[in-house]
Amino acid sequence: MRLLAALSGGVDSAVAAALAVDAGHDVTGVHLALSTAPATLRSGSRGCCSKEDARDASRVADVLGIPFYVWDLAAQFRADVVEDFVAEYAAGRTPNPCLRCNEKIKFTAVLDRALALGFDAVVTGHHARLEAGVLSRSVDEAKDQSYVLAVLTPAQLAGTVLPLGHLTKPEVRAAAAARGFGVADKPDSHDICFIADGDTAGFLRSHLGAQPGPVVDALTGAVVGRHDGAYGFTVGQRRGLALTVPAPDGRPRYVLSVEPVSRTVRVGPAQALDVTSVRCVRPLLHAPLPPSCTVQLRAHGAVHGCAVAGDADGWLLSLATPARGVAAGQAAVLYDGDRVLGSATVD
Amino acid sequence: MLPEAAATVTDAVTAAVAAAGNASSLHAAGRRARRVVEESREALAAALGARPSEIVFCASGTESDNLAVKGIWWARRAADPRRTRILASAVEHHAVLDAVEWLATHEGATVDWLQVDAEGRLHSDVLREAIARDPYDVALVTVMWANNEVGTVQPVAELAEVAREHGIPFHSDAVQAIGQLAVDVGASGVDALTLTGHKFGGPLGVGALVLGRDVACVPLLHGGGQERDVRSGTLDTPAVAGLAVAATLAVERQPALHLRLSALRNELVNRVCRAVPDAILNGARIDRLPGNAHFSFPGCEGDSLLLLLDARGVEVSTGSACSSGVARPSHVLLAMGVAEDEARSSLRFSLGHTSTRADVDALVEALPAVVERARRAAPAPRR
Repeated sequence: MRLLAALSGGVDSAVAAALAVDAGHDVTGVHLALSTAPATLRSGSRGCCSKEDARDASRVADVLGIPFYVWDLAAQFRADVVEDFVAEYAAGRTPNPCLRCNEKIKFTAVLDRALALGFDAVVTGHHARLEAGVLSRSVDEAKDQSYVLAVLTPAQLAGTVLPLGHLTKPEVRAAAAARGFGVADKPDSHDICFIADGDTAGFLRSHLGAQPGPVVDALTGAVVGRHDGAYGFTVGQRRGLALTVPAPDGRPRYVLSVEPVSRTVRVGPAQALDVTSVRCVRPLLHAPLPPSCTVQLRAHGAVHGCAVAGDADGWLLSLATPARGVAAGQAAVLYDGDRVLGSATVD
Repeated sequence: MLPEAAATVTDAVTAAVAAAGNASSLHAAGRRARRVVEESREALAAALGARPSEIVFCASGTESDNLAVKGIWWARRAADPRRTRILASAVEHHAVLDAVEWLATHEGATVDWLQVDAEGRLHSDVLREAIARDPYDVALVTVMWANNEVGTVQPVAELAEVAREHGIPFHSDAVQAIGQLAVDVGASGVDALTLTGHKFGGPLGVGALVLGRDVACVPLLHGGGQERDVRSGTLDTPAVAGLAVAATLAVERQPALHLRLSALRNELVNRVCRAVPDAILNGARIDRLPGNAHFSFPGCEGDSLLLLLDARGVEVSTGSACSSGVARPSHVLLAMGVAEDEARSSLRFSLGHTSTRADVDALVEALPAVVERARRAAPAPRR
């Protein structure tokens, strides 16, 4: 096959491309430039946008002896991922930008262009298994990324090759070291690549400005504090509330809901976070649903047994065990064991 | 590299390793190295119609451009603090462009980017008008001999004459021109001229500034003052020798190469226009580098075209890329009034002394399908 390997400059995509070359495919490497201003060597080193990453990616291509190009997707990334991220928070939801980037950039913009240029599929270094169109969890549960890939349609999965699903992260690093890749011991990326300093609240404040409002006790209705912007809060959050009135029971309080129009943040006790039914929109089904399955409601979150009711417009999930802190905007991904059955967005 | 230049470099490296000669040392080995450098200086000067004392060897075309632009600017301002204005064509190479921008942001230079016509050519009346705005505040004029992207040759002698009327130093980046065009520094009237070895079959990592004997220039690099006290640093003797041999041969062969390359290039242009009827030829119709052809292919992304042609063994170039490798729409095309989309759809085809008709055949055969495919791969207009 003619394959286009997306090389982020990290260890996973490097080994994925190497395995594709080993398998005898005709591989071309491409680095996606996602930041409009990769100004400094270090600014994006936690994510995927720095000059250093571009160089690391090109060195991997050198070692593999494959052609290498840089594609400028900064404008699309800004519109489809960064602006969406800000708009979702402004609307009181909690988006997952990695999922969105997979959905809109890697497996739409890049895949479409690759197919149009005559490639058969795109290779990435995601940790998930993909065999005969069936997406499953990686053998390395701690690194599993099937959750952020479940949003891909069957057509997108048909144009995707994921060579790393049967390898653990230590095995990937060992494979990189054995090949002499300089990125073998490069640290994992964390957090959000376009917020290099990790300060999400500060990033949102700089984009949305101060929007002060009340923090309200959900049980008593009393105003127990003030905030500078409801967008800075996520359901389930405990820290950073700066409450001026202690709880009657003396126990910690958590964010129960965020209402952007009235700029109200509601707080309450931990048990008020527990939900056993979850409404979802924009469902995508990969396989017929068995009578019972499991659901994961956030990246690296717990799984819950669940029953699904609904149709092509939306699902109502009934959980066997309560889930704590389910935030609108996150993905609900259904599994049968390790196999991904479908995904939807928590409403 | 030209085989003769490669042989010279190899021999000189062997000799230098054996003698460990440093051209600035006074002992016998140093004198031998010095002799190689001085003979190279004489040969290069003869090839270019310059005097040996006007040759300042350095490490690259970029260094030479920076030395000319910054060094002459500093010297002119030191002589008269009113002189801070730089007149530069809008289509300069980044080695000049960014040096000028640096003077503007760090040293208080003011800049007039001189507008070019749709073919990328600077007309002397544009320069004349820019000088006339205040003839006394101009530090220098810098206009390239021929454009590296679209191949347009500038009327350098005519422009230099305008500057000379006002006693303003004139620098020209001739990196693309040596070996492709007839370059006679003395006859051209330029005060400073940049060249680099690898563009005419010489070694990498060596260049020169031809600097008129009475042109004041403040050094960029301070130290031993090896090159006329304008440039310090021990010279790479073998590279300097290779540069001189390549320059001598390139200048000797230039008329024949010009004839052969321009015929081949004209064939390429005609056949590309027939194969892809909506292709747009950018740059000059006459007075153009003989090995240069440059097209826009509307509806395509230049980097898609490059990827597809590369996969078929045809090597072409898009415009410049930033340090992360992201293709940028060419400032040269934008200065010529080309729209940004069209600038992004452009490719440069360069022919050199090893190019053959078979190369043109391979390109013309591959191109229609490649353009068709690249067009399908272009991102849809945004909602």
